[in-house]
Amino acid sequence: MRQRVSLLWLVMLLMTLASWSLGIEEVSRPAAASMFGTLVLSIAYIKVRFIGLDFMELRDSPIALRLMFEIYAAAVMLLVIVLYLVA
Amino acid sequence: MRPARSNADQANTRRPVREPEIYRASVGTYVFGDMPTSQGRRTPHAAVPDRHVPGEPGLWVFIFGDLSVFAVVFAVYLWYRMHEPGIFAASQQQLEPAYGAAYTMLLLTSSLLVAQGVYAHRSYAATGIARRCLLGGQLCGMAFVVLKIVEYHSKIADGLTITANSFYLCYYIVTGLHLFHVILGIGVLTFLLNLAGKAPTLRREAYIEGGASFWHMVDLLWLIIFPLIYLAR
Repeated sequence: MRQRVSLLWLVMLLMTLASWSLGIEEVSRPAAASMFGTLVLSIAYIKVRFIGLDFMELRDSPIALRLMFEIYAAAVMLLVIVLYLVA
Repeated sequence: MRPARSNADQANTRRPVREPEIYRASVGTYVFGDMPTSQGRRTPHAAVPDRHVPGEPGLWVFIFGDLSVFAVVFAVYLWYRMHEPGIFAASQQQLEPAYGAAYTMLLLTSSLLVAQGVYAHRSYAATGIARRCLLGGQLCGMAFVVLKIVEYHSKIADGLTITANSFYLCYYIVTGLHLFHVILGIGVLTFLLNLAGKAPTLRREAYIEGGASFWHMVDLLWLIIFPLIYLAR
């Protein structure tokens, strides 16, 4: 368990650096801005899931609680991505 | 029957530990009661077979409520952006994603430390480690606050205040609301530090798990705010 969260921390750190460099790069290519934006938001969704399931330990929680979290995370990220793209 | 305790724990206790409480989660069927022990230590969480509500169910009502409030806040931000895309795009250029990335890394590290602190607390012999981990997490949180003040100061010094335009209105409200939660979280961690220094009981473990979950929620929210405000143009 301890190793898993340590590994996930490292993975999320790398994802953060990747998102950051993507975010900077897309400035020079405005046409692809929406694509990069969607990508970094999707990466955020993955991180959110890791925090919920492994750090908050919802993976081992009663199914109802886990399901609530999964639904919440998916619904919010979907809403955010859709509203982001509509603009 | 109370499990045997190591010398280190004897040194930390002032009063005898109460018998473990029976704790029922209304969601799920986990009964705290007699957790399996081996050689006087609790087994690590991974070995506990039943599904378990971290903290207690009431806390999750609060956490989901808070998450929902932020969901609405994000929707409002995006609604404003939909109506003034030019202003938002131009203003976002003025932000420095380096700050955002630094905040993210600070909170990720703090979450790791807090999680390790919770695991350490579950093993009776690791009280010192638990407190150090929780303290480390709290220090990361404080670094977040300091950096946030630096960023706000530099923005305000450039005349980019909350009334500058609709983007900055959203920016200060979203990040300010989150900052408020970080500060609350630091307070919660202080409470957890206090608990972790005392004799471990099941109630205290539940509080520590719950407080840690609140902190992870604060991290979770920032993981959305960072790309939303700093990166997604």
